[in-house]
Amino acid sequence: MTDVAGAVHPDVDEIDLRQAGLPRVARLATATLALVVIGGIYMAAQIDRSVTLAPPLVLAIAAGVVLLVNVVLLSRIREFAWDTFFRVFGWTLLAYLTIAGILEYVFVYDHTPGRQLALFSAMLFIFAIDVPLLLGFSVARYQPPPG
Amino acid sequence: MTDTVIAVGGEPTDVDSGPPQAGGGPPPIPEFSIVPLRGIPIAAALLVGLLVAISTNNLWALTFFHVGGGGLWTSIDLFLGLIIGPILGRLSVPARIEFTVRFMPKMVVIMPTLVAITLGAGFQLARHLGNLNADYPHHGWLVASYIIVGVMAVIALGLLEPANLAVLFELKKPRPNPERIGRLMKIFVYTAGITGIMQIATIVIMTFLASR
Repeated sequence: MTDVAGAVHPDVDEIDLRQAGLPRVARLATATLALVVIGGIYMAAQIDRSVTLAPPLVLAIAAGVVLLVNVVLLSRIREFAWDTFFRVFGWTLLAYLTIAGILEYVFVYDHTPGRQLALFSAMLFIFAIDVPLLLGFSVARYQPPPG
Repeated sequence: MTDTVIAVGGEPTDVDSGPPQAGGGPPPIPEFSIVPLRGIPIAAALLVGLLVAISTNNLWALTFFHVGGGGLWTSIDLFLGLIIGPILGRLSVPARIEFTVRFMPKMVVIMPTLVAITLGAGFQLARHLGNLNADYPHHGWLVASYIIVGVMAVIALGLLEPANLAVLFELKKPRPNPERIGRLMKIFVYTAGITGIMQIATIVIMTFLASR
């Protein structure tokens, strides 16, 4: 059992004060997720129809751009619990790559046409990177940075 | 860099005002593992079973994974959001902490597994039965279910799961911050409630489709 001390510590919520200075990584990651989900819904609704792939392609590109911007913003944070971030990111990446792999297997198994498959794969890849990034950031932001 | 401690007999940590802490000692936090390792083989076995069901296109197995997984997913969301959540908000601080460290790690393994098997088996089942085709008479209902699941996925992965993990890591600290835990638990319980209510819409659609 770990005892929790019984008095308010002097530097109250120093970590929470830091929150205001952090980039909006969580919001951007959720926006990326939403773009991928909308694209996925559009494609799933159009299966076996020969319609243009332009809307999901635009959504996938937008999701990829937002993800890249997010990675850049994240990498610029100086005081951050990177150890915690990478620990959470690594394990959740393993989990979400497994989930994405199962879905990819379903698409390949069902002989999804080449261009649709490529787009589904790109979206799954973005999904599998984005969610661990979001989870890693959400945990590490409340952890004390080293030093 | 340090954190605020849990004040003895102070403000409750979670959803709303609960009874003050009895006694006078600091609330103890039981040892716990953020990811319960004993659950991993079970989750892995279920995922292997899902892959076998998909690769054999076995109708019973696909239905089992989709209906079983979906039923559990829906029940847990509803039970958590509408029953456990309000109860949790009225427990004493030590009781909430004890419940949280025993309950939340299990959710880290259970929910992603249930979501993966429900959606994976559901997609393949619909493909196998021809329900995904655009000429399926109730295609619009199916698309509506995609939209509901999509919104639930964004809420669950964008808000619920991050809050769940952040609470667990916070509780692993020598001196967790009660206000932060309260805020994160509020997000967790409310989003579970929202997804639970959305699950009712999924049940309506799925039972409609199954009865056609």
